[in-house]
Amino acid sequence: MWKGILKVGSSAVPVKLYSAVENRDIHFHLLQSGTNSRVKQHMIRPDDREQVTEEQIRKGYEIEPGEFVVIKDTETQQLKPKESREVRFTRFVSPSAVGSEWYERPYYLGPDGEEAKYFALAEAIRNRKVEGIARWAMRGKSYVGAVLTYGDYLVLIKLRYAEEVLSVRELPAPTGRPLDEKELRMAEDLVSALEGEFNPEQFRDEYRHKLMEFIEAKARGKRPRLAAVKTRARGESIRDQLAKSLAALKRGKEKKVA
Amino acid sequence: MPRSSHGTNQHEEQEASVRPFWSGTITFGLVSIPVNLFPANRESRVALRMLGPEGEPLSREYYSSESGKDLESAETTRGYEVREGKYVTVSDEELERLSPEKSRDIDLRVFVKRDEISPLYFKRAYFLAPADKSGKAYRLLAETMERTGRAGIATFVMRGKEYLVAIFAERGILRAETLRFSDEIRTPRAVGLPEKRKEPPKAMVRRFESVIAKTTRKTLDLKEMRDEYSEGLLKLAKKKHLHHKDVVGIHPSKKRPENVVDLMEVLKRSLDRSGKKSKQAA
Repeated sequence: MWKGILKVGSSAVPVKLYSAVENRDIHFHLLQSGTNSRVKQHMIRPDDREQVTEEQIRKGYEIEPGEFVVIKDTETQQLKPKESREVRFTRFVSPSAVGSEWYERPYYLGPDGEEAKYFALAEAIRNRKVEGIARWAMRGKSYVGAVLTYGDYLVLIKLRYAEEVLSVRELPAPTGRPLDEKELRMAEDLVSALEGEFNPEQFRDEYRHKLMEFIEAKARGKRPRLAAVKTRARGESIRDQLAKSLAALKRGKEKKVA
Repeated sequence: MPRSSHGTNQHEEQEASVRPFWSGTITFGLVSIPVNLFPANRESRVALRMLGPEGEPLSREYYSSESGKDLESAETTRGYEVREGKYVTVSDEELERLSPEKSRDIDLRVFVKRDEISPLYFKRAYFLAPADKSGKAYRLLAETMERTGRAGIATFVMRGKEYLVAIFAERGILRAETLRFSDEIRTPRAVGLPEKRKEPPKAMVRRFESVIAKTTRKTLDLKEMRDEYSEGLLKLAKKKHLHHKDVVGIHPSKKRPENVVDLMEVLKRSLDRSGKKSKQAA
């Protein structure tokens, strides 16, 4: 477990970092078709398909097409950040200033002694309704993150680097004739009929369970039947689709009332 | 999909990543809007290639652990290890047929306030582009979502995995953000965080608040979000190149390979084209 120190003004808040996510993906291996034996990988020269040994391999940056600058391990080592426990805030911003495309992976921060300071900082961040942008180095890598609150606790979410985020500002929005006001009102009616609260517990990964059941059945030698894939018939005009949706919702409500 | 940063099939990978990542239909009520999904995140730019002794770029190949022979990807399949050395294989077709509707439709079941979704849930960002002359319906949904400040929530299946997803609009463009399922996020209790036993001293809270207030800004500063390691690596490579140090290359051709495409360009084209198409259709 990594231990760090949040630097806030002249105060230092010691914290421990815990992963907040649990990977539940079903893990597959790559096999050779027919024999079902595991597949291995090696590096070869594409020209003569000759294998190259580990010791012969070098790493290079392609500076021009076909032209490489060899980068030695000792050189990459020197580019790595210095070991430090410090988590340095560069600024605080309103949560709306951080678009969802920045967030990558959450960690809980727990107090590492000095609990009063820890909970005081969490309360201050909550009261100010901000997220703290922070930089830190951990295990030879440099990170940028956002510190925010989750209940009484502090959370540190690893953010993507600026180079990794494509900005919507650079994209042209689809254009066309002005939208029809009546259709817009119908669409708004439909959206408001489907309004609700974000309740993540109400969504389950049903597919993961289905896939596991399917694998287990196959392991027992069964051939489970699967649904056929149908293609969708091409639809009516957007106005007809909206009108039918609203009518269906209305019928549903009347039934509930009756 | 796992991608090695030292991957050798760099060009192939770049080409693959600009095709739509997923194609399907957004549905809400009885309305359906065909869309293509493109990633809004990309790998950090500076990747190193593996080179042979003469500086020739190498490629990573699969080979059979039994015969030692090289394998094409068509000669491989995915298998789940049910017990040691015993695998159950699952084909792409089986993955799709397990849940055909969800593999095809993003069915928006509820529209929530955008800022109600905790940032802990966000996984990966995507852009949606209209497909099949769906430009008008696309713009209608985008306009409506932007006006109401709502995000549509759905689950759908992409490449053999189910995702919780939020769809919302920004500047006339529909975006998708995959979310973690609630059982993929650990609770503070499960992690073992201590309970807050007493209120922290008010003076201490106020001191922190005043430091925060002083360093609060309106926007992010992209200079603070830089990948310093990649920048350092690039600088080093340029410097060595300038001094002709450790520069290798077997077939230096000045022509850029045709299949290297900028993701941003593909997205621009994809959004632009759809707009024109809908004009013609209208």
